Amino acid sequence: MLIAVTINEGPYQHQASDSAYLFCKAALEKGHEIRRVFFYNDGVNNASSLTEPPLDDRNIVARWSKLAADHKLDLVVCVAAALRRGIRDENLAAGFRISGLGQLVEAGIEADRLVTFGD
Amino acid sequence: MLHIVNKSPLQRTTLESCLRVAVPGGAILLIEDAVYAATRGNAAEAQLRDALSRFKVYALAPDLEARGMHERVMEGVATVDYGGFVDLVAEHKNCQSWL
Amino acid sequence: MSEGTIKKFMFVNRTAPYGTVYALESLEVVLITAAFDQDVSLVFMDDGVFQLKKGQQTKGIENKNFSPTYRALDGYDVEKLYVEGEALAARGLTEEDRYDVEKLYVEGEALAARGLTEEDLLVDVTVMSRAELGKLMDEMDVVLTF
Repeated sequence: MLIAVTINEGPYQHQASDSAYLFCKAALEKGHEIRRVFFYNDGVNNASSLTEPPLDDRNIVARWSKLAADHKLDLVVCVAAALRRGIRDENLAAGFRISGLGQLVEAGIEADRLVTFGD
Repeated sequence: MLHIVNKSPLQRTTLESCLRVAVPGGAILLIEDAVYAATRGNAAEAQLRDALSRFKVYALAPDLEARGMHERVMEGVATVDYGGFVDLVAEHKNCQSWL
Repeated sequence: MSEGTIKKFMFVNRTAPYGTVYALESLEVVLITAAFDQDVSLVFMDDGVFQLKKGQQTKGIENKNFSPTYRALDGYDVEKLYVEGEALAARGLTEEDRYDVEKLYVEGEALAARGLTEEDLLVDVTVMSRAELGKLMDEMDVVLTF
């Protein structure tokens, strides 16, 4: 099944990104395809390469980058939401790309299910 | 339809709104802080207990365990892991996250 | 790839404006979704009904008043605004009304609980009961809550 995911909250402040990550991992393990993960609202902060958590904490950003590399995931950050919050190409973590909101709508159209994680 | 709720019923009215609007026969999955809704002895227990006759109710086990509440799940609520979460999404024709 | 596919998108607005960014950024997705020629419905329930309150003046908080955008939705072919209105449910809506009237839906009970009536809203909406809203939701392909 083709699944798309939206994340509307930033890392660490809220569990949304953690839940979404574990959901995606489980979906991939079950043989589903993740069509796209779209980052919106404060969710765009999941894409900051400047993130540096303490060593004993999980690295949420790096975890997404790795999942994207391992499974060729399309991690899309909303451009308008990103610019508002200081996320741009210069500080974009590996595996993410910045694009328009249309990418969210397109994912909703193409995927069989769209699952949102947020506050 | 699968309704996904992630707020504690003791602090936010999200679960109440979901239960008010959702069409009976649907499924409700409690994740994150919403898992407190599925525990025995919480002040909002009656609300969910009442809903069990109209909905299939699930709670995410890893979230219950993380909060030390996995031993207190009320009868009638099924627990699932993330794989079960994925299955619920796949089994229902649409889903909504009540943010 | 997705050309020609029309899905039913519903945006469920449950938060008040200005206190958080959700109302504004939800509206931005609504406009883009309409630009993709999708079937768009908006539901206002809980504190989301405050988004439609007339007379918003945001100068004092130095933030943009985006409420006029709701009036412009017509121009984007977004005509389904629903309001949940158990208390105002005696309006006798039928299945057919639902798609003929504007697709902005408001939960009637949510309005009443906040001391508002339809007169207080800046656009025409369809006031719906909880049961009607739930049924409509079930018919959707994609539901996004903000």
